[in-house]
Amino acid sequence: MKVAVCVKHVPDGRVRLDPGSTRLDRSGSGDLNAMDLYALEEALRVKGDTDGEVVAVSMGPPAAAESLRSALALGADRAVLVSDPQLAGADLVTTSTVLAAVLEREQPDLVLFGQQSADGAGALLWAAVAEHLRRPAISQATALTLDDGTARVTRQSELGDEVVETSLPAVVAVTDAINEPRYASLRGMMAAKRKPLEQLSAADLGIDTGAGPDGGSQTEVLALGAPPGRPDAIRVDDETKAAQVIADFLAERGLL
Amino acid sequence: VNVLVFAEHRGDRVAPGCLGLLGKAAHLAAGTGTVGAVLAGAGGLEALVPEVGAHGADRVHLAEDDALGAPLPQPRVDVLEAVVETGGYDTVLFSNSVLAADVAAGLAARMEAGLNWDLVDLFGRDGRLVGHRLALGDSVLVEVGWRSAVQLALVRAGSFEPVRVAGGDGPEVAAVPVRLSPHSVAARVIEQRPTPDEGPALEDADVVVSGGMGLGGPEHFSLAEDLARVLGGVVGATRAAVYAGWYPHSAQVGQTGKTVAPSLYVALGVSGAVQHKVGMQRAKVVVAVNTDPNAPIFEFSDLAVVGDVHTVVPQLVALLERKRRS
Repeated sequence: MKVAVCVKHVPDGRVRLDPGSTRLDRSGSGDLNAMDLYALEEALRVKGDTDGEVVAVSMGPPAAAESLRSALALGADRAVLVSDPQLAGADLVTTSTVLAAVLEREQPDLVLFGQQSADGAGALLWAAVAEHLRRPAISQATALTLDDGTARVTRQSELGDEVVETSLPAVVAVTDAINEPRYASLRGMMAAKRKPLEQLSAADLGIDTGAGPDGGSQTEVLALGAPPGRPDAIRVDDETKAAQVIADFLAERGLL
Repeated sequence: VNVLVFAEHRGDRVAPGCLGLLGKAAHLAAGTGTVGAVLAGAGGLEALVPEVGAHGADRVHLAEDDALGAPLPQPRVDVLEAVVETGGYDTVLFSNSVLAADVAAGLAARMEAGLNWDLVDLFGRDGRLVGHRLALGDSVLVEVGWRSAVQLALVRAGSFEPVRVAGGDGPEVAAVPVRLSPHSVAARVIEQRPTPDEGPALEDADVVVSGGMGLGGPEHFSLAEDLARVLGGVVGATRAAVYAGWYPHSAQVGQTGKTVAPSLYVALGVSGAVQHKVGMQRAKVVVAVNTDPNAPIFEFSDLAVVGDVHTVVPQLVALLERKRRS
């Protein structure tokens, strides 16, 4: 069983948009997106004791190699990073094209994604990647079992739980309810230094980014501004007065 | 512009968010094009046509096939691609849901079409479509556009109020010839465990008191219940609290739970994750109590109380009970 896990390197702490480029500021330090840890854990669990392989795949700035090293430290066998200045500002269409190109090369039996990224929070990528690969996709997975070329997934939606079955190869996006991710051990961190981490450009994948700005993106940011917000927000820091303040506030707004 | 709305339905009810989108679509297309709606299911869709027409659709495309009976996204990508191409649509609107997000992203890849998500508004400017997105925990308003010929927009559920338009002769109805790709029908639902529906209480409640992990344990949900009782409200819960087994899934507010729009929303020990916010942002007044002064919930609260729910709530309940008696 070969499993590919798509992971993202996200900025640490408070994320900001660069007013000049209107892109997310990715210049600071970053880390492996927390939601992707669940996908990686599930990949390692699926591989288990078999002679399979777990490949971590990412697209991002050169610093994304750090997050892939974290994935290797946690137990992934190999990592592939697509990093190319031409791809900066890539949108859903471009990003999914790039990841699909890597996955076409890798030919995994199963592709896993985490639930959403901490920065973009689109929670959309898997569906686009699966469409490029023309493979079945199942999202919001809270349980996954594999049996003889078939994946059985419990999927949580607004309607309740559904059990969905599909043939492999398939793409599955997992939620944070699926498992309890492990922590990296010192031994894992040492071992990660010797594991292969391949770096590719868009051209290496045969992708032409020359067609337009932002790596050929089909969406664009026109401007940044202040959100409408709730301008008259009141803040209370004194716990002893809080109950009275809330009661007065509710009475004032006619909510009692 | 010709605008198509992906009209998601549950049983005999079209999602309110989609009905609201039809009104927005009618604004965008006014005088320049038509508004279409797609309904997809195993059958019996004809019955939903009047409701969709009453909210602004000029044309309703019905896609009926056994493979469309289950709420899976990929067969719907096939349907939408066909309708966009044969119907001459240049804009497709989706109201966010687990299903709609997957359909929109799949269609974006299929048609190489730009998809802007998490939009709270859409309008035309100088003949171009412009979207407003609140990003990074709603701290920034991003104005977005499209470069592709077909423009896809995923809008936060409940951004637009459903409005009935003055009736004409009803919409034109067109049957969609359903042709599905092999990979679109590979996944099958083999079992459905619907969340027991205890009526629309939470969605229709005028007051919602929600509890999160900050309550500290399932037994402390009594705080939310007590406050809901004195305020005449209904109890909600965050996804984390539901997953921890503290409260039933039917009470979950957020992206994978229910969307509420009460006059008053009280958040107790709720951090305010994006996935929770999309379920409650239409509340008119938000009061939050949390020990963490930097909790994101405070950024969209009208009254932000930094304090311990275990101290504040019992005092508040006692105060409100006294007020009520006097």
